[in-house]
Amino acid sequence: MATTLFGSGIKRREDPRLITGAATYTDDVKLPGLTFAAILRSPYAHAKLARIDVSAARKAPGVLAVYTGADIKDRVVPVPCAWNPPNCDLKTPPHPLLAYDTVRYVGDGVALVVAGTRAQARDALDLIEVDYDPLPAGVDPEAMTKPGAPQVHADVPNNIGFKWIVAGGDADRAFAEASVTVKLRIVQQRLAPTAMEPRAAVASYNKGTGQLTLWCTSQNPHIHRFLCSVILKLPEHRVRVIAPEVGGGFGSKIPVYADEALVGLASMDLGRPVKWTEDRSENYKATIHGRDHVEYVEMCGTREGQITGLRTTVYAGLGAYASTAGPGIPTILHGLIYSGPYVIPNIHGTVYGVYTSTTPVDAYRGAGRPEATYLLERLIDLYARDIGMDPVTIRRKNFIPKDKFPYTVATGLTYDSGNYEGALDKALSLFDLKQFREDQAEGRKRGRYLGVGIVSFVEICGSGPSQVTGSVGFGGGQYDSAIVRVFPTGTVRVYIGGKPHGQGEETTFAQIVADEFGIPIENVEIVAGDTETTPQGWGTYGSRTTAVCGSAVKLAAQRVKEKAKKIAAHLMEANEADLEWKDNQFAVRGSPGSGKAFAEVALMANVAWNMPAGVEPGLEAVAFFDPTNFVYPFGTHICTVEVNADTGELKILRYVCVDDCGPHINPLIVEGQIHGGVIQGLGEALQEIVVYDGDGQLVTGTMMDYAVPKASQMPHIESSYTVTPSPVNPLGVKGIGEAGTIPSAAALVSAVCNALEPLGVRHIDKPLTPARVWAAIQNAKGGAS
Amino acid sequence: MTHPVTLTVNGVAYPLEVEARALLVHVLRDTLNLTGTHVGCDTSQCGACTVLIEGHAVKSCTVLAVQADGLPITTIEGLAPADQLHPLQTAFWEKHGLQCGFCTPGIIMMATELLSTKPDPSEAEIRHALEGNLCRCTGYQNVVAAIQAAGATLRGRRQQDRPAEAAESRSAVEHAAPAGV
Repeated sequence: MATTLFGSGIKRREDPRLITGAATYTDDVKLPGLTFAAILRSPYAHAKLARIDVSAARKAPGVLAVYTGADIKDRVVPVPCAWNPPNCDLKTPPHPLLAYDTVRYVGDGVALVVAGTRAQARDALDLIEVDYDPLPAGVDPEAMTKPGAPQVHADVPNNIGFKWIVAGGDADRAFAEASVTVKLRIVQQRLAPTAMEPRAAVASYNKGTGQLTLWCTSQNPHIHRFLCSVILKLPEHRVRVIAPEVGGGFGSKIPVYADEALVGLASMDLGRPVKWTEDRSENYKATIHGRDHVEYVEMCGTREGQITGLRTTVYAGLGAYASTAGPGIPTILHGLIYSGPYVIPNIHGTVYGVYTSTTPVDAYRGAGRPEATYLLERLIDLYARDIGMDPVTIRRKNFIPKDKFPYTVATGLTYDSGNYEGALDKALSLFDLKQFREDQAEGRKRGRYLGVGIVSFVEICGSGPSQVTGSVGFGGGQYDSAIVRVFPTGTVRVYIGGKPHGQGEETTFAQIVADEFGIPIENVEIVAGDTETTPQGWGTYGSRTTAVCGSAVKLAAQRVKEKAKKIAAHLMEANEADLEWKDNQFAVRGSPGSGKAFAEVALMANVAWNMPAGVEPGLEAVAFFDPTNFVYPFGTHICTVEVNADTGELKILRYVCVDDCGPHINPLIVEGQIHGGVIQGLGEALQEIVVYDGDGQLVTGTMMDYAVPKASQMPHIESSYTVTPSPVNPLGVKGIGEAGTIPSAAALVSAVCNALEPLGVRHIDKPLTPARVWAAIQNAKGGAS
Repeated sequence: MTHPVTLTVNGVAYPLEVEARALLVHVLRDTLNLTGTHVGCDTSQCGACTVLIEGHAVKSCTVLAVQADGLPITTIEGLAPADQLHPLQTAFWEKHGLQCGFCTPGIIMMATELLSTKPDPSEAEIRHALEGNLCRCTGYQNVVAAIQAAGATLRGRRQQDRPAEAAESRSAVEHAAPAGV
């Protein structure tokens, strides 16, 4: 097949509407008779709802309805948690749409107002009187497991929502016999995903047809349809979910939230469309957070640098309620990848999922894998330091060799393909480590602290085999789907089960289809986000869309082409076996110029005047692709910094990265994903943190306080690639959406700790604000480390 | 109580009655249906709502509609004549300067003013100018590249238009007239 577009960095096809202001995001949706909702949220982290009086709000100008938790609790099903990892005794106390008895975090919904305008709805919130009886609250996932800690849910002792164990080999024996052990207590701070578009929902219920249409900011409209139908007790076939343009998600638009179901309920009652849009301050309270681990981790090995074991105890905050995928993040997506790119024969991890008086925690870019990479890479650095080995040498010594794939690690995962040393070699060819070491040594003589962090990683993504995701407790499938529909004139619409929201699949998937049919890309349109037209799919997250949904697109296109070939053979009065696809047409082998182009066949298939016997009219196909394994992208990232030891300020000098996600459909888009991913990881390492005070008040509640990286703070990224195809999908591709985020926080922290090695600093918890760096230097000077 | 104002947006004068507290961004989006201007925060940090008022980049979430009475306003929808792209729009497309696109209109409007006052900004100057515009997707690298590319295009055009003045024009301060005004 003459491939012309696969591998080509063409401009994105979604961009013209985005750069001209013509795109339609959820808050841009306007319907006749539109009304507006606002939600009253708890200012307390934990309190009894003693009294709530909405009478004044009900009488306020423009107000159409006011709901309290008590009003609706018997009409709806509590917000479900959809990921129940096995063998961990997960407890998921009911998560009401609006609190009716107890509020459990700052931001917990208490009442919903619907009014004629946004301002009227907001004004009416101020007229609702609530008496709260405050209760003890707690925010630290480790402290909340201790005896006497405040109880978030009465029926969850010590707030332990689950205890999950991952084990392979015999870690206790490995540690008992090891000559070297390194230990750390690591806090992986809570982060706010901060997609630039806040969440929003517009519900429109048609009383005539009994159908609810819900526009919402979703990464996975089919999951929203499924769970909203459950919550609202509506038949699923009467719920249509449309995720229009979505302004970033980073995991925060995976969960199904109470808010989206609430506007659906209000629209069903009022018979009018209802819109709700959170403002940013509301977003920081009411939209999920990520990470939030307190970890005790240790690594053991030989004096010669052979790793023999890894042990962890992790306290992972769940927030006040288990969010849609919450329990799966610190378990399946974290513990199973503990081996990283290394041979670690003995692994034991214990993860406690802990309820705290905080916003629920769910997937944030990387989701579990950045945490795993971070703890592993911090430990291996310290291990190398303690035995006097170079960080490059120790990694080489422990890499899974490239000829051992597929390779099964101690946690039970089987990695599809890899060449970890290849990526490391390439990174070192772009970064002169020897020269840097010389500069570093020279600098140290003059009190100039330079440091380098070198991080190798592998991640698990592209979920996945549905049977496997079912066995690890995910409540849905993980195949994905596409319908390829060919119109009489030979143009094509492709309806996909994924829902891109910035990743560019309207372009990359069109490249796949245009190549398959030998037609101009302008004749292909990719359609996503509307459950009315798209086949059942599971959404865009976990770097799965290209590997899984893209493969479904490829398979559906191939099915169309197989049928087209039969029709072409018939039209050419040739044997199908004698036809080949050459120069973008079906031709009789050895007879150039005799061919039928795709558009000619498409016309005949659709008008069906002259079809081969037994072949149905029409030209379309659906494919559901369920991969045989996950995919495992990998790479090596190198970061250098200069630290001002007097002030704790740091400057990123260079960021060099080599990633391997298999072949690139569109290199321009791959590059963009790396840029954005790396910057999110650097933000995590440098400055991002969600802060609660001891009473559970959210201190970082606005964009003034939550430090999203700015252009002036971020480095130019020097990115490069190796290409190791995956054998588990027909495109050979691996995911790239999260790969930048997964190693980058570790790379920066490693660089800073390397810079401050002469001062005795071993580890500093991120984010590396000047105050923290300065304090670490002072502590090290004082003898502690 | 409402107040009569005339908002001149993208060259069209709209006589309107607005509440005193109505923010310009809400009037643009909700009343005039110009939804290309976005709201990404409530504290004037993100810059998604940036428009041009008299050629100056302004966060329309921080301006009352009554304050904009009578002033020429340009939004992303009016940056280029119909069916054409402004060089900044072209450059963002070509350099992959956007992903989800939510912050993009605001950044383009900010960059319009930047390039009108500083035709050939350095990378550091561009990054500094982006202080009030947050992007969570791109890591800013291709945003910077797009603004540099657009700057080059605009300088080239200016040189073509006025070859004799080309030498001086590099440092000339000049406001790009909002399209259609």
